[in-house]
Amino acid sequence: MLRYLIHRALLMIPTLLGVAILVFFMLRLMPGDPVQMMLDGANVSKEVVEAERARLGLDQPIYLQFIKWLGSALTGDFGYSIWTGKPVLHEIAIRLELSLEVAVLATMLAVALALPLGTLSAIFKDTWIDHTIRVFSIAGLAVPSFWLGMIIILGLLTMFSWIPPLTFTPFMQDPKANLLQLIWPALAVGYRYSAVSTRMMRSSILEVLQEDYIRTARAKGVYERLVISRHALRNALLPVITVIGLEFAFLIGGLVVTEQVFNLNGIGKLFVQAIARGDYTLLQALVLLVSVVFVLVNFVIDMLYAVFDPRIRYR
Amino acid sequence: MSALAPALTYAVPARRHPVVQFILHQPLGAGGLVFIVIMALAAIFAPWVTPYDPLTVDYGSMLAAPSWQHWMGTDSFGRDMLTRVIYGARTALAVGFLASFVGSTAGAIIGVVSAYFGGKIDMIIQGFMDILLSFPIIVLALTVVAMLGQNIVFGVDINLIIAISIPMVPRVGRVVRASALAIRELPYIDAARAAGFTNTRIIFRHMVPNVVAPYLIMLTAYVAQAILSEASLSFLGLGVTEPTASWGLMLSGAAADFYQQAPWMIIFPGLAISLAVFAFNLFGDSLRDWLDPKIKI
Repeated sequence: MLRYLIHRALLMIPTLLGVAILVFFMLRLMPGDPVQMMLDGANVSKEVVEAERARLGLDQPIYLQFIKWLGSALTGDFGYSIWTGKPVLHEIAIRLELSLEVAVLATMLAVALALPLGTLSAIFKDTWIDHTIRVFSIAGLAVPSFWLGMIIILGLLTMFSWIPPLTFTPFMQDPKANLLQLIWPALAVGYRYSAVSTRMMRSSILEVLQEDYIRTARAKGVYERLVISRHALRNALLPVITVIGLEFAFLIGGLVVTEQVFNLNGIGKLFVQAIARGDYTLLQALVLLVSVVFVLVNFVIDMLYAVFDPRIRYR
Repeated sequence: MSALAPALTYAVPARRHPVVQFILHQPLGAGGLVFIVIMALAAIFAPWVTPYDPLTVDYGSMLAAPSWQHWMGTDSFGRDMLTRVIYGARTALAVGFLASFVGSTAGAIIGVVSAYFGGKIDMIIQGFMDILLSFPIIVLALTVVAMLGQNIVFGVDINLIIAISIPMVPRVGRVVRASALAIRELPYIDAARAAGFTNTRIIFRHMVPNVVAPYLIMLTAYVAQAILSEASLSFLGLGVTEPTASWGLMLSGAAADFYQQAPWMIIFPGLAISLAVFAFNLFGDSLRDWLDPKIKI
């Protein structure tokens, strides 16, 4: 197990390095000069612009810039936001709590819906129960989360005159206000999320039910309830865990549009702002963060597989 | 002999046209296809089927509620919503098909090449695909948009198409590679190699035609994804720009300011996105079940 863990951990390094290289060089190709954007067309002399470039290290050759950036990034220093002048890590940290909380709430919602619905759908395959659940889940794939968010706001506005609060209330400060604010965006993205997981749950159970050991269990007279809960569910869960893990990783940075709709100052909104302002120190840290989360979640999923399915460890 | 006679007269069912077979076996998918065709016809013939001009501003009928004159109401410029929703289908389908075609084709070629050569080349390509896969679709598309800016050719923003199609490449590539790996081991590829054909010829003449099923399935599925991406990017103001009609763009800006006064500005464009994506998903799912049920989209 330990050997597998180390081997798998080492495999992350080239991917992460590749991500870092790609992000860094891609963003250097962005049109528009960040220094010019920062000075906002103010009439300053050429010397001031040059001094500013030197201060930000933009006058050095690009590979040197990369090595310097990577070196400090490894020690947790991502430099300063070109726009606000504050440390990039600080800008991200103050918004991470919000995005993380929405992602966790949406995951809880998705799991709570997907496991029972997917199981029911598989057990009652081709009955009206299955059809209803499948329509529910295929619709969930079609409705854009941000539009569902707008419809939720419209409904709340009409019924309770509720408007999305302008400021974020941390959970520790006022749990009720916090949940009341974040449950709606979580619901908006959670619908799609649960739809994806429900579909995976259904097809995974249907696949497992074809296995020999299910037939054996039934043949030896195990109650159908136990066949499903002890034999089928356990083995069907792994692919569902993968889907849930990947969707969770995507939610950390992929809430871009929904955060805009609910006026939430999270990672996604920061991302759009960074693009609009050509703030690439911030942008490269954000993109890197999102993909690091993704690679790490993938790693954790693989470890879970190895724990649940011993065959994988010994390959 | 006489005992076999009845079996010999057994009526062989007439071979139906593949399209008829598809409709019979996959009624839901056929429904999706019908909706797609109607939408495409409306989009192509938009100037003839729409009651108004999509760009004409009419301050006399700003924010008018749905009525017999304006079935879906009007927006904050007094433009007819129904007209703009139909013209929006033009944008969505054009961007959707183009982006999906570019992304799936690139992905399929890369997948086949990767599988055909195997070894180091396969490893390097897959390594690069893994890197691309570690970005959420919308994050990658946004970054590419930011990097490339706009580049409009014949009224279509080429860079937007590229931005939407890039995230598809590794996803399609992975699926097609898996199918191509199985094909690579078949005797006719060996035969082609033994005959001394070039790699290019074997890849394009012998391997590519045999991964058409997964290619078509992914192509259809990713039209839906492309429509969603276009709507999201346009909503953020980084995709299609005013005054072009786009469903995502219609939902942004003024629509959010008039939640209560003019809910139709929010409801109809979103419904259009959902229905379009729903139709493509239905059709794509059925196409998958029909052509190759083992493929995971």
